Amino acid sequence: MIAVIDYGAGNIFSVENALRYLGQEHVLTDDPDTIRRADAIILPGVGAFPSAMQMLHAHGLTELLQQQAKEKPFLGICLGMQMLFEKSFEFEPCAGLGLLPGTVERIPDHGLVIPHMGWNKLDCKLDCPMLQGLPEEAYVYFVHSYQAMCPDSVIAASCAYGSTIPALVYDGAYVFGAQFHPEKSGEVGLQMLKNFAALA
Amino acid sequence: MLAKRIIPCLDVRNGKVVKGVNFEGIQDVGDPVACAAEYNRQGADELVFYDITASHEGRGVILDVVRRTAQQVFVPLTVGGGISTIEDFRETLRAGADKVSINSSAVKNPKLIAEAADIFGSQCVVVGVDAKRNGLGGYTVYVNGGRIDMHLDLIQWVKQVEQLGAGEICLNSIDADGTKAGFDIEMLNAVCDAVKIPVIASGGCGCLSDFSDVFAQTGATAALAASLFHFKELTVQQVKTHLKQQGIAVR
Repeated sequence: MIAVIDYGAGNIFSVENALRYLGQEHVLTDDPDTIRRADAIILPGVGAFPSAMQMLHAHGLTELLQQQAKEKPFLGICLGMQMLFEKSFEFEPCAGLGLLPGTVERIPDHGLVIPHMGWNKLDCKLDCPMLQGLPEEAYVYFVHSYQAMCPDSVIAASCAYGSTIPALVYDGAYVFGAQFHPEKSGEVGLQMLKNFAALA
Repeated sequence: MLAKRIIPCLDVRNGKVVKGVNFEGIQDVGDPVACAAEYNRQGADELVFYDITASHEGRGVILDVVRRTAQQVFVPLTVGGGISTIEDFRETLRAGADKVSINSSAVKNPKLIAEAADIFGSQCVVVGVDAKRNGLGGYTVYVNGGRIDMHLDLIQWVKQVEQLGAGEICLNSIDADGTKAGFDIEMLNAVCDAVKIPVIASGGCGCLSDFSDVFAQTGATAALAASLFHFKELTVQQVKTHLKQQGIAVR
């Protein structure tokens, strides 16, 4: 059973729709016991970094998630992925969950349209269970104005938008983060969610 | 490389897909959920449901259609038509929409853009703009399906829309809409030069080269079409194959 963290800042309905379509048992929850019992955790997120972290704190989930991410598969999506890092500079410096090394900063201005919105191609960099079984040209759906700045050692896949944007991050153990929305990325996204669920 | 997006638009009335030519002479066709699933199979990058009657007949958005579509189609869904309050935004997003498109209500109450962006995030606020040449070398904004002249300068409006926090602009040229003579390249360039947020081209496409032209000649990041796809004159697949042949990145 996958616990989808319901803390008021997530696009939980589309994540739930995708899991239901895949026939994957899941629950929307902010209950600590349910989260502890879950086989895997998904942390969705839309909106601004500081307010999302505040909502996690307000639900008393910050430390629990930090600890759970060391014990079971944990996937952050979009803002949920950015929250895996140490610190964000969206609006104001704000500490994240610190599960991956790096910071979250504004996408460098290369004269391109911001937000980075639409389908971009994944360049796979690391062997990562979530990337199994994807077509050669795998496009996924992004919408974001901030990006992770992190060591190559945690970048499982990136995409090109002016410079390189970390798309899928992975600590080599349990922690996964998708800057894109797998639940809105068609067959490719469903395959990646299925891969994640299979780890549970 | 970011792919250019091809977005079929489903104009919906009473739970049925319709398409007005120049917003007049509506002809009834098709189940919206089935159409959405078909467009998804063809490779549509996003889908738009537009409740065509809502803005002038006070109908609510077709939440059930959205709900049923969101359960089986996993690409971004936008819903527009008749949305004028934060509560409308909330229930549309809860039904499974990823973005909400506002047009007349944004012109009448620009604060709605800022409030919605603040509460739900800019990524879900699409501002649809209907505009027409004013005969003086500029463009004027119209509302209520292109029927009411707001005497508002297009460029001034799109800059305000961006500044208020909209995530995207869907620009429909009333002059080009329904003509099948191609997207309004001039108007699109004027808007793309004025804002940094993504601009979706709408109105006027009639053949494959219209799609490659709009991406080669303007900064539009997406192109939207309704009747062309709905009456099966072209499929999304055909458009994408053509774009690929022209060296334009598509999914």
